[in-house]
Amino acid sequence: MAGTPVQVTGTVLTTRRVDAYHALTVVAPGIAERFRPGHFVSVAVGGAYTSMVTRRALSVHDVKSDYGGTVELVFTVRGRGTAWLAERRARDTLDLVGPLGRPFPLPRDPAHCVLVGAEYGSAVLFPLADALLARGCRVDFVLGGAGAERVFGAMRARRIAETTTLTTEDGSLGLRGKVTDALPSVIADTRADAVYACGPMETLRAVTAVGMEFDIPVQVAVEEQMGCGIGVCMTCVIPVIGDDGATRMVRACAEGPVFRGERVRFEDVGTIPFDALGAPGGGARHVS
Amino acid sequence: MSVDMRTFLAHVELANPITTAAGCAASGRELAQFFDLHRLGALTTRSITMAPRAGRPTPRMAETPSGMLNAVGLQGPGIDAFLERELPWLAQRGIKTIVSIGGGTVAEYSELARRLADAPGVTALEVNLSCPNMEDRGRVFAREGSAAAEVIASVRSIMRYDVPVVAKLAPDVADIVAVARACVDAGADALSMINNPLGMAIDTEALRPSLAAVTGGLSGPAILPLAVRCVWQVHAALPGVPLIGIGGVMTGRDAFQLVLAGACAVGVGTALFHDPYACLRIERELEDLLRARGFQRLADAVGLAHRPPGSAPRHLLVDTEESAP
Ligand SMILES: Cc1cc2nc3c(=O)[nH]c(=O)nc-3n(C[C@H](O)[C@H](O)[C@H](O)COP(=O)(O)OP(=O)(O)OC[C@H]3O[C@@H](n4cnc5c(N)ncnc54)[C@H](O)[C@@H]3O)c2cc1C
Ligand SMILES: Cc1cc2nc3c(=O)[nH]c(=O)nc-3n(C[C@H](O)[C@H](O)[C@H](O)COP(=O)(O)O)c2cc1C
Ligand code: FES
Repeated sequence: MAGTPVQVTGTVLTTRRVDAYHALTVVAPGIAERFRPGHFVSVAVGGAYTSMVTRRALSVHDVKSDYGGTVELVFTVRGRGTAWLAERRARDTLDLVGPLGRPFPLPRDPAHCVLVGAEYGSAVLFPLADALLARGCRVDFVLGGAGAERVFGAMRARRIAETTTLTTEDGSLGLRGKVTDALPSVIADTRADAVYACGPMETLRAVTAVGMEFDIPVQVAVEEQMGCGIGVCMTCVIPVIGDDGATRMVRACAEGPVFRGERVRFEDVGTIPFDALGAPGGGARHVS
Repeated sequence: MSVDMRTFLAHVELANPITTAAGCAASGRELAQFFDLHRLGALTTRSITMAPRAGRPTPRMAETPSGMLNAVGLQGPGIDAFLERELPWLAQRGIKTIVSIGGGTVAEYSELARRLADAPGVTALEVNLSCPNMEDRGRVFAREGSAAAEVIASVRSIMRYDVPVVAKLAPDVADIVAVARACVDAGADALSMINNPLGMAIDTEALRPSLAAVTGGLSGPAILPLAVRCVWQVHAALPGVPLIGIGGVMTGRDAFQLVLAGACAVGVGTALFHDPYACLRIERELEDLLRARGFQRLADAVGLAHRPPGSAPRHLLVDTEESAP
């Protein structure tokens, strides 16, 4: 079944720096063939005798069928685990589990899609763009970051998209400001039918707000702290409104990471909203 | 030569000693994506509560040296949804299931037991005693022998005789043997040890506690010695009581330590986050270690480290070649 995750020992094929980011291409056959845009993988870090017991979630930036199937991961060094990953070299092995999560839903008919990426969040949008183009969709990119070196994938976006709009907060590349400052005019100019976005929660909240103003659907890929990535530890929950109108604390790894933007209660992330199913006082009794 | 890995939890036979730890395998479906759950000795569910619970705010997790802190807060859909959707899924597949329950009052535990008493597919009932007792100023049941015993007695009186009741104990108590004895006297057929000790981490960037709930339960390799000590002490005091050893088991060797200390079954928690196949790997590694040391049966290794210094291991005293029929 497509999407059923597997665990594989992958071999690093190449490592490179892409602007401010690290990119690793890993031979990971079982994962590459099951992959769909939006999926992520989890990587064990630190080696066999590591003191780091949780895996690191990373989006899949690219898959290729070379070498039996490779996946490319793009990441920024945040803590000890990603620092260890940045030191991997060709021929090192990596323990990967994937593909994980729910991928981006694709429009049934050719549509005009705007893809919005902030920082390394852009990485996950490229396989999505390929899938949309293959379905005859029009693709336009809005990519941003704090500075020029933190805008990921500008060249590739220019190559494949109808238009590419770049933003930086320091004005070193493209328009000065955030992706959401540029988004309304891109939606208007392209007469977009849908928006796809990946980046920090704050960006996703703002992109969703813009999409709602234009009354077009927004699909967001969220990032929440993850312990297992496979849906068993319950640490990655965010408040999401279900089809029945009820808010539930749902797992970003198993029910997500892709959600419809207007269903995510961004302003309540990091809390248990009082009206969430099973919230203290909200129907259920609080026992701890 | 293969090692006989069967074990008994009270009178219930498990094909092998490895079970998932409560709260670390949800209700099974997620792990079933990776392997056939029949290969587990048993699956332990997350702790089921009466009402649906949304749990604690995020961040709920912080990685710590050789471990992690969690403050999930028993998030789950409640007993009704469990009986409707989760337990039947396991029961239909014939998966040996230890159902864990959690409550805030003795009445709540009894009610959970009542609801589970007639449900098909309950191999054993594990009573998570690490919940705060709402009727006793939030004091955790497991911290007090008498409070723990009250819960166990009430649950034992309700559950069918053929379903063992397992009391799950917390390590951060003054005298774990006293709590264990109180639970056994109250009718516990087996004990699970250990639940998470309480810990805390501070985010040095944000200059605030790392967890939204401030404190959380510590798990992973960091607590293995704590688990070994607890299992050792309780097995020494109550040698006839079946113990499920839990805490920081990442490898077969870790499981072997708990077995030698007195556990007849071993729970695997945090290791599952690192490796979804951890239970299968640990079972295989444990079997290999036993075989390499000449054991024919897991049962012969249970509590073996308690033998006086200088004495030969029990299993090597009998000449097994000769005595075999
Ligand atoms: C679905 C998803 C996709 C992601 N894709 C990418 C990507 O393509 N590129 C990239 O650079 N980063 C990505 N991240 C973020 C990445 O997982 C974290 O930066 C990384 O886990 C930090 O690990 P660390 O050891 O450096 O930090 P530490 O702070 O030492 O990590 C400690 C623990 O917290 C977890 N953790 C900390 N921050 C995060 C976070 N933001 N998200 C999830 N878990 C976290 C770690 O996984 C680890 O278990 C993604 C996160 C998610 C949830
Ligand atoms: C995320 C998480 C959730 C847990 N939930 C429960 C639970 O619902 N009930 C329970 O009795 N123990 C729960 N535990 C404790 C484990 O069952 C186990 O006793 C403990 O984590 C030690 O084992 P480990 O080091 O192998 O994880 C939980 C532990 C973790 C890490
Ligand atoms: S990361 Fe464990 S449930 Fe989502």
